[in-house]
Amino acid sequence: MKLRPRKRFGIARIGVYAFLISAAAFFVLPLYIMLVTSVKPMEEIQLGNIFALPVSITFEPWRDAWSTACTGVACEGIRGGFMNSLAIAIPSVILPILFGALNGYALSFWRPRGANVLFGILMLGAFIPVQVMMFPLVRILATLGLFSSLPGIVLVHLVFSMPVMTLLFRNYYASLPQELFKAARIDGGGFLRIFFQLMLPMSTPIVIVAAIMQVTGVWNDYILGLVFAGRDNLPMTVQLNNVINTTTGVRLYNVNMAATILTSLVPLTIYFVSGRWFVRGIAAGAVKG
Amino acid sequence: MSRFARQATSWVALGPMAVFVLVGYLGTMLWTLRISFSSSRTFPADDFVGLAQYIKLFNNDRWLLSLNNLALYGVLFIAATLLIGFLLAVLIDQKVRGEGVLRTIFLYPYAMSFVATGLVWQWMLNPEIGLQQAVRNAGFVDFSFDWITDQDRVMYTLVIATVWQASGLVMAIMLAGLRGIDEEIWKSARIDGIPAWRVYLSIVLPMLSPSLATAFVLLSTAVIKLFDAVVAMTQGGPGVASEVPTKFIMDHLFGRANIALASAASVVMLCTVLALVAPYFYARSRADRRKESA
Repeated sequence: MKLRPRKRFGIARIGVYAFLISAAAFFVLPLYIMLVTSVKPMEEIQLGNIFALPVSITFEPWRDAWSTACTGVACEGIRGGFMNSLAIAIPSVILPILFGALNGYALSFWRPRGANVLFGILMLGAFIPVQVMMFPLVRILATLGLFSSLPGIVLVHLVFSMPVMTLLFRNYYASLPQELFKAARIDGGGFLRIFFQLMLPMSTPIVIVAAIMQVTGVWNDYILGLVFAGRDNLPMTVQLNNVINTTTGVRLYNVNMAATILTSLVPLTIYFVSGRWFVRGIAAGAVKG
Repeated sequence: MSRFARQATSWVALGPMAVFVLVGYLGTMLWTLRISFSSSRTFPADDFVGLAQYIKLFNNDRWLLSLNNLALYGVLFIAATLLIGFLLAVLIDQKVRGEGVLRTIFLYPYAMSFVATGLVWQWMLNPEIGLQQAVRNAGFVDFSFDWITDQDRVMYTLVIATVWQASGLVMAIMLAGLRGIDEEIWKSARIDGIPAWRVYLSIVLPMLSPSLATAFVLLSTAVIKLFDAVVAMTQGGPGVASEVPTKFIMDHLFGRANIALASAASVVMLCTVLALVAPYFYARSRADRRKESA
């Protein structure tokens, strides 16, 4: 039985709950306000009762946000952004995981000389603001003919996710027994064979963690999509910001909030469904190193 | 397989990583460093003007304001997030009912983008139609909460929004640390009659210093990278009151076509990051080496 400090009843106990419940209220409040606002007609919003439940519920703002809201020049809603984000996210999840796994495997088991120096630089890279590398990257991609294209933005995501993905898999493989690898070597397994037939099938848990982190990270990215994706591939976050911050005329707050929820729907769904896996990603990416 | 062949195959596998590190990270950084010593405007120039761009940078009021803003924001954001996150973790660790629900509630903002976070809070803090108006409608006619349109207070609104977003992260890290603490400590503290808050402050908190360091490093990184939330919430305004260095760099890279100045600013940011994380890395690698030799 656990022995944490506790009193079954008493002021301290009440205090604990009071604090936790008020904190929970503070954390839920924005989500509540978003939801409520998104189904109110504009006349109700203009009354200024942000907390009030809607008197007459309308789903028109959701439809407008999805298909008719103006994102700068065009008025086609953010559905195009959704498709773009999807097109960016799928390769930007698969490729970084594959490269991260391969890097982690080579670093943990094959340990080529000098690789740790590279790994150290890569880890430092995780902390550096993307602006430091932005202009040269733009030039490099332009030279390769990839600037403002789907492959270009995927490549950029691959660059910036490599530190975390490599770290994740390196730590995971380091926790596996070395004997496993040695036995496979004695059986004559080569580099790729051991990777694909032994290591990758054992990596399911960490692949799930990595996928959750990547989907969330790529979907929530703003600055990379803004600079590298190009006008035809702007992700949902960029279009959302355009809907809200660059529209002129009357601000349709209900449409704005519906668009915000729609944009957050993918990462929020992943979060609520994946539960502890999401937390594991934080722990695996952060606590070990 | 010979040792040489073994080395060779693994280097082939690490080839992409080597290219990414050498070109994507090191190469681009050196390139940025080079540009910062030139007089480049829209396109990179080959000349060498020494530290002229850096001198210009530190005579630029907008840059100095950005740095000030970031320092103020960073101190408040890190302090508040660590405090709230730690408090939530400790309280959740008191064997409360509904722990799972509470944890889910505290962490969900972390799954949201900074853009969405900024937009929601921009809407809630809008004085005409948001919280201020709602409280006034409820009868408190003199209530005032218009920080987002107040040049002197707008940075605080960014702190509020991002603390909301990131506190759950600290809670998750701290809770993991708390759950790893030996139960014996609580037993003996109880026998000695030490009050719980003292145990937390004098025994548990020092034991959690690795978790604390991790959280601190993650939050500092977030501070230095602060950009999306500003763009979504205040666009640097009102006026230039909530400008931050990353936005200064972006504006000079793309809007104002002054890539040399932007590069100088980038190098300053880079040095700041290195100064911040170098001690952390050093401590980590020493700890690793000790572990390996033990």
